[in-house]
Amino acid sequence: MAEKGALAEAPPVAVPKKAVRPWHPRLLLEREEVLGYLLMLPALGLLTVFVVYPFLYGIWLSLTDSRIGVPGNFVGLRNFLELTRDSIFQQTFRNTFLYTGVTTVFKLIFGLAVAVLLNNTFPLKRFVRAAVLLPWIVPTVLSALAWLWMFDSTFSVINWVLARFGIKGPVWLGTNPWPMISLMAVNIWRGTPFYAISFLAGMQVINQELYEAAAIDGASRWQMFRHITLPLLKSVIIIVLLLSVILTFSDFQLIYVLTRGGPANSTHLFATLAYQVGLPSGEIGLGAAISLFIFPALCVTVFLTLWYMRRQELD
Amino acid sequence: MGPRPAAVLDRFISIYVPVVVTLVLLLFPFYWMAITSIKPNAELFDTKANPFIVLKPTLDHYRYLFERTLFANWLLNTTVVASLSTLISLALSVPAGYALARFRFPGGTFLGWAIFVTYLVPQTLLFLPLTQVINWLGLANTIWSLVLTYPTFLVPFGSWLLIGYFRSIPKDLEESALVDGASRLQALIKIALPLALPGILSVGIFSFTLSWNEFIYALVFISDPANKTVPVGVTSELIRGDVFFWGSLMAGALLGSVPVALIYSFFVEYFVAGLTAGAVKG
Repeated sequence: MAEKGALAEAPPVAVPKKAVRPWHPRLLLEREEVLGYLLMLPALGLLTVFVVYPFLYGIWLSLTDSRIGVPGNFVGLRNFLELTRDSIFQQTFRNTFLYTGVTTVFKLIFGLAVAVLLNNTFPLKRFVRAAVLLPWIVPTVLSALAWLWMFDSTFSVINWVLARFGIKGPVWLGTNPWPMISLMAVNIWRGTPFYAISFLAGMQVINQELYEAAAIDGASRWQMFRHITLPLLKSVIIIVLLLSVILTFSDFQLIYVLTRGGPANSTHLFATLAYQVGLPSGEIGLGAAISLFIFPALCVTVFLTLWYMRRQELD
Repeated sequence: MGPRPAAVLDRFISIYVPVVVTLVLLLFPFYWMAITSIKPNAELFDTKANPFIVLKPTLDHYRYLFERTLFANWLLNTTVVASLSTLISLALSVPAGYALARFRFPGGTFLGWAIFVTYLVPQTLLFLPLTQVINWLGLANTIWSLVLTYPTFLVPFGSWLLIGYFRSIPKDLEESALVDGASRLQALIKIALPLALPGILSVGIFSFTLSWNEFIYALVFISDPANKTVPVGVTSELIRGDVFFWGSLMAGALLGSVPVALIYSFFVEYFVAGLTAGAVKG
């Protein structure tokens, strides 16, 4: 918007005040640009020290052979070249995309289904709606511990139930491909509530008259969902997807608790491999290089989000 | 004239059954935590017994947690860290959000987007270089490393949510206060702040739960068991090698989940508002 608009909205009293002694501290604080920067300063300072600087320093680290406690030498892109040839890293690379892709599709479908379901009226609705979000709000590592126990190789309750039906359950976290499937299942369990509750909030602002009109025209439930709910939910869906993709792509906690990247480094994502290489093994330069692979995904997500929001603003 | 039986059956199949199935799938792990935490070891490790019930409930695992581990310390640490980082975040994001919502200044729009971008930066991208920064600042192994770093993901989120909140409040009241001779700071503190209280409250609640749940920074910055937070303490100190103290692990997991679940159940409306702020505003 033009500066003119801002001036027109400013209170008339501000003008004579400024004319007297514009450099007086008290009057300086009445100027939008001065007070604006001052109010932003603490937040910007914190983000510079603990986000911008570490990010730049991380790029530098990734170009060195630093180890914990040992200042490293500049090695150019050697870490990245080394990674592209490393089979564990290649596996991690595939895992991260597979894990993000598969879980996102399921979370979207289940999230929509649960939201549509909860958008009905039924007894105890408030209670049910509150309970549904629990998997998403409790600390992930703590609920993952419950899953670790449910996946236990000897005492798995899931296998106990399967055994009643005469099925011998797998060693969930031990034999491929089950560990990756288990991780995805828990991620879907944890993420679906976030999708569902966000979609539900979006559905509740949809004008009910649209459905009534469609019902009069003889539309089926599916048609109403497809032609009314889905289009009006589009902006919520896109934002939820973008937030969720970046969080899933950079996931750490579930893998750390359930498999630690095992068996035989087959279930690592970028974040868990970066941790293992960077801290317990101490190769912090190489670890930082692995972490940085999260960055392109972040860029794409940020770009798509900003592009989409801009477009919405223009409409 | 009641509903026809066919309609009742239809509702039963299309709503009640799916709702119950959804609830069971989503809540079973919590039931499992709870029942494991009160089972004596003899029942826990009996493969023949029905695992869904407990015959002789016991509080032994809870006693173990409080008497033989540092769980009470972890609870206290987590509470202190979550409260302080929430307060710091509010102190930083309220003014920032207000400035971005109300004032026009060169670069303001850019700073707004920059803050939004930092909101999307995941902790796992920064934890390695940040570990070094924490070491240089001499904060390693203290809860202060967390109190200072948690606001890095809370402030962007809070500012972003509050920009929207302040914008939804009409400017008129602040402007008439300015006409009456109030300074801009007074207009912010006396007029805008009270009106924005519900928004500030949802940011606070959300920040507290995000801090309570944080894992990777707490894992890498702190190695002294006495200074750990609940999520890290339970996962690292109760699992020794291949020995799992399942009863106390589940007791710890349950107790560590209860505070956020309680806060959430009291403020569910604010919570959902915070949750969807980004989405609905979009």
